[in-house]
Amino acid sequence: MIDLLWLVPTIPVIGFLILTFSCGKLPEIPAGIIGAGSIGLSFLVAVLAGLDFMSMSEAGIHSYSQNLWTWMAVGSFEAGFTLYLDGVSLVMMFIITGIGFLIHVYATGYMHDDPSFARFFAYMNLFVAAMLILVLADNLLLLFMGWEGVGLCSYLLIGFWFKDPYNGYCARKAFVVTRVGDASMALGLFLLFASLGTLNIQELMVLAEEEWVIGSGIAVAVTLLLLGGAVGKSAQLPLQTWLPDAMAGPTPISALIHAATMVTAGVYLIARTHVLYELAPSVQYLVGVIGMITLLMAGFTALVQNDIKKVLAFSTVSQIGYMFLALGVGAYSSAIFHLMTHAFFKALLFLTAGSIILAMHHEQDIFKMGGLRKDLPWSHALFLIGTIALVAIFPTSGFWSKEEILASALTNEHGGYLLWLGGVAGAFMTGLYSFRLYFLVFFGKKTHDGHEVMGWHLQGPLVALAVLSLIGGFIHIPVEEVFHGHEEHHVSLFYQAIMIGLPLLGVLCAYLIFIKQKVDFEKLAGSGFGAKLHRFFYTQWGMDWLYDRVIVFPYVGLAKLNKKDFIDSLYNGTASLTRYLHSVVIETQTGQIRWYTMTMALGVLLVISIGVFA
Amino acid sequence: MTVMMQEIPLEHGLILATILFLLGLVGVLTRRNLIFVLMSLEIMLNAAGLAFVIGASRWGEADGQVMFLMILSLAAAEVAIGLGLVLQLFNKHKTLDLNTLNKMRG
Repeated sequence: MIDLLWLVPTIPVIGFLILTFSCGKLPEIPAGIIGAGSIGLSFLVAVLAGLDFMSMSEAGIHSYSQNLWTWMAVGSFEAGFTLYLDGVSLVMMFIITGIGFLIHVYATGYMHDDPSFARFFAYMNLFVAAMLILVLADNLLLLFMGWEGVGLCSYLLIGFWFKDPYNGYCARKAFVVTRVGDASMALGLFLLFASLGTLNIQELMVLAEEEWVIGSGIAVAVTLLLLGGAVGKSAQLPLQTWLPDAMAGPTPISALIHAATMVTAGVYLIARTHVLYELAPSVQYLVGVIGMITLLMAGFTALVQNDIKKVLAFSTVSQIGYMFLALGVGAYSSAIFHLMTHAFFKALLFLTAGSIILAMHHEQDIFKMGGLRKDLPWSHALFLIGTIALVAIFPTSGFWSKEEILASALTNEHGGYLLWLGGVAGAFMTGLYSFRLYFLVFFGKKTHDGHEVMGWHLQGPLVALAVLSLIGGFIHIPVEEVFHGHEEHHVSLFYQAIMIGLPLLGVLCAYLIFIKQKVDFEKLAGSGFGAKLHRFFYTQWGMDWLYDRVIVFPYVGLAKLNKKDFIDSLYNGTASLTRYLHSVVIETQTGQIRWYTMTMALGVLLVISIGVFA
Repeated sequence: MTVMMQEIPLEHGLILATILFLLGLVGVLTRRNLIFVLMSLEIMLNAAGLAFVIGASRWGEADGQVMFLMILSLAAAEVAIGLGLVLQLFNKHKTLDLNTLNKMRG
């Protein structure tokens, strides 16, 4: 069954083609069946292939590659359209198709009655296909194609409701900012090829270990460039500014692309090329530091947002920060593990937020919600499950993965107290901002009525995700063979207690502030220094402001200055020359038919005499 | 009577065709009335047809005659359409003077 692997990305492509060529004429029900069904089918094939892979694994074969065709061959360079399956890509494939399927089913309910229903599912299917190619690619070039493909779909889906110019702006911003990272990644690929002469990932890892010295310039340069791509895609510092704006897209998109799958591609890339990072310890440490700073920054920012989706967006940035932290300390399997559990609970949170938004008639401001736990019992229960998993309360899935990351940050040789403290502080922040969101939405004074939107498409996937969020921590991911050796962490009871206790402390603080109102948050944020701090956090530490000043404004100024440049005059010159010639030739068109006949006769005479006399 | 048919020299025939053709051309160029222009066009067509027939009799081939029959049917079609257009023009502009019918200038 494993030779059916090629079907896994192909089925979504077929779904995409059918939906595209239906030109929007397909009614909602068949479009939904094709859109969600193709992903479901793809998931089934993935499971069959996965089972086969597991039995192969037991027999001692830990990877499988399937060469479909040679994609391109230039000189000594050859890139095949080859799929490669090992433990990590298996986990990613299950996440993408499994969670993708649940989100697709949810979306058939969420997007009900949207005029562009089929277009939505066409983009979604294309996205899943591109993401599958990304994780199944056996060479970095194919991976890069998937990488760009998901970027394109992200752009298309953020700007899905393109009639509002703001959505178009957000889509462009996401596209351009991630493009900065992608350019850096492309340079990294060129450098890798120039240095090692291949782009096949497994060969690269072997060659790099043989030829590069630890800490050598080339290793640092390549890993830095690849890191640029990873931070762009995964919304880490300093390229994280696009993700909050990406929330302009429909909510299932935020769940699928901007929480569960695409934004974790950077984590996957670094885990995939971890051998290179181990050859450049300074860059690997930088990965950890970036993760730590990002998770703190995003935590603070999430604390002061008032849009329900933006809070979740910043929490995503923060959780991916944890994954980077794990990569930075060499705990790759913990990073992939957290990637998986995060996909469960963040998809659940986003989709539940979608249900709340539907129930509130597209209201996203959490200060206009409040007291909804009676009106929306389903959403309340599901959101609570997602939140406790996010906060990492024992024994939900988030607890196991986050605990592993923090323990490795403390005990691994690359780790240390600094990274550990950052992570623990982040865990406290997570408790605080998550439960602030929860309390503000479901407790307090009721201001607006909400009506739960019910339906099996909506609640079914949510329940499945809720179950996964609760027990997903017990899933064993088969990545030992890829990362060579599983890290066992033994941290003392004291640290253990801190890691369990701090999130709870965060929850307690949130309870005291937002329910008991022991501290007046409004007053604190409304005066003097507090207001400045609030503003500083609210604007993600002023990053957008800074980028506007440093990059956007000078660029726009330069563009304005350069509006009438030489190249333009070349083209404008062609146009005006043509216009002039036109005005000359137009004189001959007199409308006098006899004049035309005359010139024609003379012309014929001329031609004949040339023929006769010449 | 056994009078031998005198062969008409090829040159004479062609000169006649040329004269006819030039007459037609002059008519097209100088006439201001559209009807006369059409008639002059017919003369030019017939001049061409005559040249074909002369060539055919000179070389004893039937192709020239065939070609003339085609020109004949072409002329009929042309007259049918041309007169239709003339009628429409007259209905619209109440004149057939080519000097005033110059609305299609650039």
